[in-house]
Amino acid sequence: MMELNAADLTTKNIDEGCSSSGCGGSNDQLSHLPEHIREKVHDHPCYSEEAHHYYARMHVAVAPACNIQCHYCNRKYDCANESRPGVVSELLTPDQAVKKVMAVAANIPQMTVLGIAGPGDPLANPERTFDTFRQLTDKAPDIKLCVSTNGLTLPEQVEELCQHNIDHVTITINCVDPDVGAKIYPWIFWNNRRIKGRRGAKILIEQQQKGLEMLTEKGILVKVNSVLIPGVNDQHLEEVSKVVKAKGAFLHNVMPLIAEAEHGTFYGVMGQRGPESLELQELQDKCSGDMNMMRHCRQCRADAVGMLGEDRGDEFTMDKIELMEVDYDDAMQKRAEYHASIETKREAQKNKNNETFISISSIKRHKKKQSRPVLMAVATNGGGIINQHFGHAKEFLVYEASEMDVRFIGHRKVDLYCSGDKTCGETETTLEKIIKTLNGCEAVLCSKIGYEPWEMLEEAGIQPNGEHAMEVIEDAIAAVYIEMVKAGLADKNISDSEMQIRA
Amino acid sequence: MSYEIIESCVNCWACVPLCPSDAIYEAKPHFMINKKKCTECDGDFISAQCASICPIEEAIIDSSGDFLNPEGSLTGISPDCRSQVMVEIQAR
Ligand code: SF4
Ligand code: SF4
Repeated sequence: MMELNAADLTTKNIDEGCSSSGCGGSNDQLSHLPEHIREKVHDHPCYSEEAHHYYARMHVAVAPACNIQCHYCNRKYDCANESRPGVVSELLTPDQAVKKVMAVAANIPQMTVLGIAGPGDPLANPERTFDTFRQLTDKAPDIKLCVSTNGLTLPEQVEELCQHNIDHVTITINCVDPDVGAKIYPWIFWNNRRIKGRRGAKILIEQQQKGLEMLTEKGILVKVNSVLIPGVNDQHLEEVSKVVKAKGAFLHNVMPLIAEAEHGTFYGVMGQRGPESLELQELQDKCSGDMNMMRHCRQCRADAVGMLGEDRGDEFTMDKIELMEVDYDDAMQKRAEYHASIETKREAQKNKNNETFISISSIKRHKKKQSRPVLMAVATNGGGIINQHFGHAKEFLVYEASEMDVRFIGHRKVDLYCSGDKTCGETETTLEKIIKTLNGCEAVLCSKIGYEPWEMLEEAGIQPNGEHAMEVIEDAIAAVYIEMVKAGLADKNISDSEMQIRA
Repeated sequence: MSYEIIESCVNCWACVPLCPSDAIYEAKPHFMINKKKCTECDGDFISAQCASICPIEEAIIDSSGDFLNPEGSLTGISPDCRSQVMVEIQAR
């Protein structure tokens, strides 16, 4: 529904030939973008309200080297910006990566986007990265490619990037001020020398901004990621947001710093803290504005192999892939059919959602009293329905229900670095972590939940709810919200007093 | 005349493609420099490429056994002020 709204508004503005300055009303979330970029975002399956329930992205680790140091990164592991810390991917050669992508794509039709994000910086490994892209553009033309980079060598590689099936580029931009940068980047490797401190940060920032401008000019979508580092760039990211959007970034995505001593990063070891959930959300709201349909891009399921609920990673280890025969033409045909069926399903669900929203807005008319918005978390395996056991959830989707509608707010990842591994922590601490992650949510909807977590959640003021298993997420949230309103749990005054407590 | 990679190396690959003499190779438990090939980048670059990109302090030594990137040189924080910086960072 929000997608429809946002889309309608934007289309209208384009139709009327309205200049962005003329009607940059709060509803036209894309008004800051040049028109050719705007259209591209529009047609894109990945960035719409609910498409991410159906489509997935996978990463291949072909790019080991990196040319800068970030204080939140430990080079023993994958790039901290793109994956959970402490993860080491199996390094693949370009040939192996291509084989793996084709095998996964033939077996998991949801897989639509292939990303190279590491384990180092893809553009610091141009030969390996571009060899992979070249082969895939040729052999699997229905797969969109994306790449993430720190931006240092981006300007000189824009030309080459344009030769491939590149869908979007993600640049990690944590600052536009070298003084802030000096606290994040101790050095860069530039023109065959190491350049330290503010001087290095300045070069990095200039290269990032130049690369962003060049890509926008070429019509390639650019998403900007920033890591929110409390006390370093928290005050600065709003400025970053303004600058990058003015230069054509279609989405600014703020992610939390994850810094634990055991990851061995500079920040982790030195005791730099990460942001609280609410601190993060506040900034995310400021930076992405109300770009609902964009928020999903924040996290296409990073790993298609794990998308289907059960982890199928074991089916696609390199030795098994070597033995697989993939008839990609045939697979591509099947993928096209599958994608068409997804689109039909999405269309149907959209219509259904409209009904829900009508019933939500009708509460307002019956009741004099005003209700406040409520945050709820959902455990899902995808498909847009509530279908995951609480205990299996590695991330939650957070929605806000209000008198007006149900809108998607964002993903909250649970840091289960060693999920299932007995060596690190009791279940209780894991649960405590989850509860902290859900800070600010008043209900959590899942297909099932155990007795112990139920009690702990209730104690923490988060109402567990397993009554809406297999229902469409938005419908279920609307139903729970209506019940809360009826029970007087969502009255306006509660919100006020609660705000005071929070403040 | 040769540099040497020692056990603090984390096998990050950064140095490998930069070596003008093709002297660095993947090995277990850590990457190695072929002593016969390494020129210390003499004649190719002003600063040794491996040591200029290596992200790990104390991972590469010269022929007299000195660290090319001693403790504190890459974080920019000398060991003496470390605890003070830590206090500052923790106050954020
Ligand atoms: S000093 Fe230069 S030549 Fe020797 S291993 Fe390092 S990069 Fe190669
Ligand atoms: S750059 Fe340093 S840590 Fe990385 S592989 Fe080379 S010697 Fe090892």
